[in-house]
Amino acid sequence: MRLTRRDALAALSAVGAGGVAGCSAPSAARDDETTTASDANPPELGEDELETLVALAAVLYPSEVENAAEFVEAYVRPRVRDRPEHGRGMVAAIETLDEYAENLEGERYAALDAAAREELLAYMAVDTADPDPDGDDDERVRYYLVNDLLFGLYASPTGASLAGLENPPGYPGGTASYQKGPE
Amino acid sequence: MSQPDRTPTENADVCVVGAGPAGAIVADRLASAGHEVIVLEAGPRFDPDEREERMETHLRPGDDTPIWGMGGPRDAYTSGGERLYPLNAARVKGVGGSTLHWQGMVMRMHEQDFRVDSELGVAEDWPVDYDDLRPYYAAAEEALAVAGASDNPFAPPREEPHPMPAFPPSYSDSLFAEACEELGIATHSVPNARNSEPTDEASACVGYGTCRPVCPSGAKYDATRHVDSAQEGGARVVDEVPVQRLEHDDSGEKVTAAVYVTPEGKEYRQEADEFVLAAGGVETPRLLLLSESEQYPDGLANGSGAVGRYFMDHLFAGVGGRLDERTRQKHVGFNTTESHQFYDREDDSRGAIKLEFLNYAGPAPADIAMGADSFGDDLLAEIREGYGNHVAMGALVEQFPRAENRITLDRSRTDDHGNPVPEVIWSLDDRTRRTIERANEIQRAVLEELGADIEWVVGPDATGPAYHHMGTTRMGTDPDASVVDADLRTHDLANLSIAGSSVFVTGGAMNPTLTIAALALKAADAIDARL
Repeated sequence: MRLTRRDALAALSAVGAGGVAGCSAPSAARDDETTTASDANPPELGEDELETLVALAAVLYPSEVENAAEFVEAYVRPRVRDRPEHGRGMVAAIETLDEYAENLEGERYAALDAAAREELLAYMAVDTADPDPDGDDDERVRYYLVNDLLFGLYASPTGASLAGLENPPGYPGGTASYQKGPE
Repeated sequence: MSQPDRTPTENADVCVVGAGPAGAIVADRLASAGHEVIVLEAGPRFDPDEREERMETHLRPGDDTPIWGMGGPRDAYTSGGERLYPLNAARVKGVGGSTLHWQGMVMRMHEQDFRVDSELGVAEDWPVDYDDLRPYYAAAEEALAVAGASDNPFAPPREEPHPMPAFPPSYSDSLFAEACEELGIATHSVPNARNSEPTDEASACVGYGTCRPVCPSGAKYDATRHVDSAQEGGARVVDEVPVQRLEHDDSGEKVTAAVYVTPEGKEYRQEADEFVLAAGGVETPRLLLLSESEQYPDGLANGSGAVGRYFMDHLFAGVGGRLDERTRQKHVGFNTTESHQFYDREDDSRGAIKLEFLNYAGPAPADIAMGADSFGDDLLAEIREGYGNHVAMGALVEQFPRAENRITLDRSRTDDHGNPVPEVIWSLDDRTRRTIERANEIQRAVLEELGADIEWVVGPDATGPAYHHMGTTRMGTDPDASVVDADLRTHDLANLSIAGSSVFVTGGAMNPTLTIAALALKAADAIDARL
């Protein structure tokens, strides 16, 4: 199952970034616009941070997803840019995840093998943590990273379609699909 | 950025308190008739561009920020009755009022609703009947751009089609329809205040699926449409100015001013020839009670003692389960089929029942994902197991008015301006419980006919309110037993009217907003005639 740029933009519409009004698809050009948010200290999502997110997505996403790296980048970059406060929370949570990896395994999260990445989440109790933007380490990682990426995938039409829902809540997919029967 | 002008309007004809649907419609009508109108709204003017972020807050667990800012000292209340009443769960203070949050279902009440005493010997008749309201219902449907069809065999008579075509039935509706047919239950479309076609004001519904609590596209009607129209007609709408009390003249026959406070703490008096209270079924009686004076120690317009009393809501009844086939839920956030077959009461043993067939039963894939403790392929398997074959029916159930259910002042607690908070005293009587049980019985029969494994039932013990606050300034012809007359003018003060569901004498089981709009139009006509 291949995620498209449209899926990333659809997910962005569901999370209130990237700007989607009505049913028109957002234009790709918007990604290149400078942020209009007045923020003296915008968060930065560097290559290392992005790598961490892609590594995390490899754990979170099912094997049917083929191009998680492209999807994550297309989804996360505008999100951090357009919502600086949320973006700062994401960047801080990435730092936290990497710190745990370095302390326990001596390497950044992205450098761990697949099994170790999943074990680290379990060690931190991220799998059972309640998401909380102001909570403890596990709760912030769950909120800003795990649930951001899961929501990005499963609130997109392609991701939700893995379970048979092509117009998930948060996606402006029109009013035809609800009338159709299962295929 | 400079602060908006929140000083009073000089020579105002009309002062409206509250910018929800009732206040906005009254303001719009009177402004377009050429009157000088000012609307005082306690809450803020929300930025439409922030609706998508509000949607995320709704869709994602973990962020407890209230979607529309409700809660905190401004909105403090006490729930003092037998049943907990979560007052802030669905009301909104702000320009647009609770229509920012609502589901958008807009049915006319039935002829029987207006005469339950005459027909059933229960409660009281309204001082108006369906025929009186019929032209106002038609105008209200036009005002709210209602999408509907004339396929409901139980609906009261109507003279013309709805302004927009109804939304077609869902796939799951077709499953329910078959089961209902076997049981002899007729199903039909649902009138929605939601664009099925684009208009000059808003796009057609694009299926975000989050109607309640927020519609990012604006296809669902909210009262900002009438606020905008009122402003275009010359009305002033001032936000963040909670009215503290109304003042009256020495004779006690007229209101002279609404006293309000700005965010900077400045107090002003807004004078006008006519005043309209449209602050909802809780804040409207509260404001009257807060406006007590030497002459009116029990509060304004309360010669009957009925202000705050007869508080009613609709109760939710529901049954849900799963089929062994796909049901295609969660594509949209509104319903497309109902049955009003059990609405009218045969006798006084039960209240009205409005049956709903839900299009959003069970969790969406993202809901499951964000709460799961598995990841990757295991998570996908969990999602596939958890999404896709849910079905559910809901119902609104009538609660008849009882004087002991009431909004009063809790003088032991104060809000952010030092005013006693509202206390909601609410309980269910046996007839309401029986009506909920009857609704469950029908729902269970339908789901069993469908072949569903029933997984949950919301009955009389688990039920909760639909957040339709009604009855607290009831209409009537007798000044000793009611607060407003058939024109929505208070019996006690000649220039004070009340718009909103607080004037309902009984509540039926229809979502109240179309009737609120119809009555607001009726009140506006009467005020216009007096000015």
